Amino acid sequence: MRKYFNEDIETAPRNQLFSLQSYRLSKTVYHAYNNVEVYRRRMDEAGVKPEDIKTVNDLRRLPFTYKQDLRDNYPYGMFAVPPSQLTRIHASSGTTGKQTVVGYTAHDIDVWATCAARALVAAGADENDFVHVSYGYGLFTGGLGLHDGAAKMGATVIPASTGNTQRQITMLQDFKSTILCCTPSYALYLADALKQNGIGLDKIHLKAGLFGAEPWTPAMRSEIESRLGIKAHDIYGLSEISGPGVAFDCECQNGLHVNEDHFIIEIIDPITCEPMPDGVDGEVVFTCITKEALPLIRYRTHDIASITHEKCACGRTFVRMSKPCGRSDDMLIIRGVNVFPSQIESVLLQSGYVEPQYLIIVDRVNNLDTMEIQVEVSDKNFTDQVRGFEEMAAKIQASMQSVLGIAAKITFVEPNTIARSEGKAKHVIDKRKM
Amino acid sequence: MIIKQISIFVENKPGRLAEITEIIAKNNINIRALSVADTTHFGILRIIVDNPEEVERVLRDAGLTVSITSVITACIHDRPGGLAEVLKLLSTRDIQIEYMYAFIAKSENEAYVVMRIEAEDAAVKLLHDNGFTGMNE
Repeated sequence: MRKYFNEDIETAPRNQLFSLQSYRLSKTVYHAYNNVEVYRRRMDEAGVKPEDIKTVNDLRRLPFTYKQDLRDNYPYGMFAVPPSQLTRIHASSGTTGKQTVVGYTAHDIDVWATCAARALVAAGADENDFVHVSYGYGLFTGGLGLHDGAAKMGATVIPASTGNTQRQITMLQDFKSTILCCTPSYALYLADALKQNGIGLDKIHLKAGLFGAEPWTPAMRSEIESRLGIKAHDIYGLSEISGPGVAFDCECQNGLHVNEDHFIIEIIDPITCEPMPDGVDGEVVFTCITKEALPLIRYRTHDIASITHEKCACGRTFVRMSKPCGRSDDMLIIRGVNVFPSQIESVLLQSGYVEPQYLIIVDRVNNLDTMEIQVEVSDKNFTDQVRGFEEMAAKIQASMQSVLGIAAKITFVEPNTIARSEGKAKHVIDKRKM
Repeated sequence: MIIKQISIFVENKPGRLAEITEIIAKNNINIRALSVADTTHFGILRIIVDNPEEVERVLRDAGLTVSITSVITACIHDRPGGLAEVLKLLSTRDIQIEYMYAFIAKSENEAYVVMRIEAEDAAVKLLHDNGFTGMNE
């Protein structure tokens, strides 16, 4: 069994990595400056020229990039290559106002596949494995990302995608899947389903899993491991940077190695923007240093984590980031889907039934995220018949599903019972224990 | 035969129905008939009172979500088959009932049925033609 996918680079001495990163960073800065108007303008405003960026130590002189930049320049305004060089488009979930579109050249896809392949190999996969990908295929990067990664490292891909749990269970048994890739909550859901169907661990062949796309705890990891009889590995990524595989954990399961030959990680104080020392939580900031289509520089992820430069027992020299433990903005991740309360609000208001007072309650029941939206009844929506309420809830639920891709339970409460606050209203209660 | 019914939204939490009936009592409102439609999270309290317009204003001022709906009342015989008779009559003309409840009248051998019917005019005519009377008639 191979231990690394790219041994030379994954175990390269730090000084060698520093030189490589510095060279690639400088190249990327020129590329972004010359081809993306936003970067040229920002750098000019900040008084930084591409030639000022010689090493990784100069990174801090560059301005940040925000998700809002991608929205403001929707869909292709941040791309640094002409359409002829693009191979694929992915997009984050969301309504038109919030959706972000990302693009890849053939080389970008290859880098991404390589990063995902490293994650798979670190999780113990080799060319004899059947990699069962139960992430969604489509604009979401999860499905195709792991798919390409598995193909890259020579395994056999089972592109199961999401849903139809009964069929997934049949596939797990009959196709002899050995590596499972999905959200951690779905892994536990599958474990429940196996149990309900009376299928013992002796009937399935899984040995490891790569789980990500939503926050999960060490407790969930042990639960997945014991209930599925596998090793549960963490995989991190975001479409703006590339997709799953930006960072991954190894057999030590003690932090996620960042693929530093392609991405530079910084941890900053989200308010002062000062760098945080090793081991201290802050906002994760990524810079792409090999990206052709979308070379994002100092991209603010809003994920909260820390890093450590301590050497890992697996032999990899890549820095490790901790499991992201929260968000520095209000974005919710529900069953792997990114949702902003403002998106939920706009769907509610568009329904025409509801006042702008609402409360989103996120919880985790039987290991699956649930979302309840409490809305107040008013003279506008009060109907004397239960059927009227049911129809109203069904219509709101249907538009939540079609616009945001999430299931929500709608609950009606009495007027003036949802707390009003001055300034920014508290619209979300997240009961999930992370 | 057509009277006004008051509907009140009641959130499903302990004591809420008691609080609402307390508001009704404090305002000296006599409930002549009532029913509660219950779901998992909320109920709709429907009451028949003497001065619906005034009661609506009072309850609204108390912060409740209230609406006035017109319903049909019919006097039926307080004996086995009394209700079946009126329902059978309506069903012969395909008149659908959204919801209904019944209560016993003050005079002996009589009861009232309260029905919410979309095809109100057709229902009233049919009931009248067949000799049914409403409340206060």
